[in-house]
Amino acid sequence: MTALIQARGLRKSFGTTDALRGIDLDIHRGEVIAVMGPSGSGKSSLLHCLAGVLVPDSGTVIVDGITVSALNEARRSALRLTEFGFVFQFGQLLPDLTAVDNITIPLLLGGMRRRQALKEAHGWLDRLGLETAAAKLPGELSGGEAQRIAIARALVAHPSVLFADEPTGSLDSLAAENVLTAMLELVRQAGTTLVMITHDPRTAAYADREIIVRDGQLAAGDRVGIS
Amino acid sequence: MTLLGLLSVEPSYGYDLKHTYDRYFGVRKPVAFGQVYATLARMTRDEQILALADEAGGGPDRKKYQVTDLGRTRVSQWMFTPDVPSETLQSNLFAKTIIALLINDNADRLLDVQRIEHLARMRELTREKQGADVMRMLLCDHALFHIEADLRWIDLTAARLTQLRNEITLP
Repeated sequence: MTALIQARGLRKSFGTTDALRGIDLDIHRGEVIAVMGPSGSGKSSLLHCLAGVLVPDSGTVIVDGITVSALNEARRSALRLTEFGFVFQFGQLLPDLTAVDNITIPLLLGGMRRRQALKEAHGWLDRLGLETAAAKLPGELSGGEAQRIAIARALVAHPSVLFADEPTGSLDSLAAENVLTAMLELVRQAGTTLVMITHDPRTAAYADREIIVRDGQLAAGDRVGIS
Repeated sequence: MTLLGLLSVEPSYGYDLKHTYDRYFGVRKPVAFGQVYATLARMTRDEQILALADEAGGGPDRKKYQVTDLGRTRVSQWMFTPDVPSETLQSNLFAKTIIALLINDNADRLLDVQRIEHLARMRELTREKQGADVMRMLLCDHALFHIEADLRWIDLTAARLTQLRNEITLP
């Protein structure tokens, strides 16, 4: 089976700091992966290279047959909009838009008419049990609610990969569990691949497997997932 | 003490007591009948419980046991005496780490191997929680937090390996 994401020989430096020092990695369609490692180990650089946010100095990233690392910024940007979803530690919802309007953003950017986008967004709110939050501004939501809205926004355009960076890092244990359960249910139903950075082992335990990054390499030199 | 606590809810036969215990505490490892009857005998000897009158043709499992005042006091003391916080270091892992450094082997790798094992167990427990009742979820949560504490130690040890190597290899 061909991997959905294939990374080979990834290297990336910032000035004199080597963030990635030769990473080989395969991630299969529908897999849920936890990326772990100490601060500064290179896990964010890895995620950003896989998602086409950063371009590696050398090596390749192929996602669903497309060599992301060879695309120019405009094409990578288009790919991020259509194929990838993103969730960050602090939801990063637009503060002046209501919950439902936040969810519509990727659909509107993709050219969908507002009426249809709102209908889709309400469907996601319903699935997440957040219909009553539709008209609330992000400042009026609890941390867990805001994060679930951010997840809906990331998934509304049906990306093939969801990238999450410490998605529950700012939540207490119970809220984190509710957010993770909701996110996992949605990605499993849709067959979306999830690549999630976390320092929290309890969050990582929701994944199918973990990748440990240390000093810009995969821990113990494993070529994770490559058969 | 758990059996004594269950008996202080209501008088019970040994057979029923075993099943009540298993329902709450024996999900993974049911208690043996022999252990229940041995505990009942000991608690009777210590006057924490007493056997009510035998029913006709009653064998050991036809006796109904009831907690005594002394037994209730013991349950109360047990409940409200805090446990000593566990400080059990994973001594084997500690020893492996030290030996690996002393013989100049890959201590990072053995910590990684252990980390992966710990994470695999956490994954099992997390799967077990899906769809489980709240009681079962709480037991899994407890196990998860303990394993997480070990993992934190593993992470910190990994971060301190250079310091540790210097400390134990320098004269």
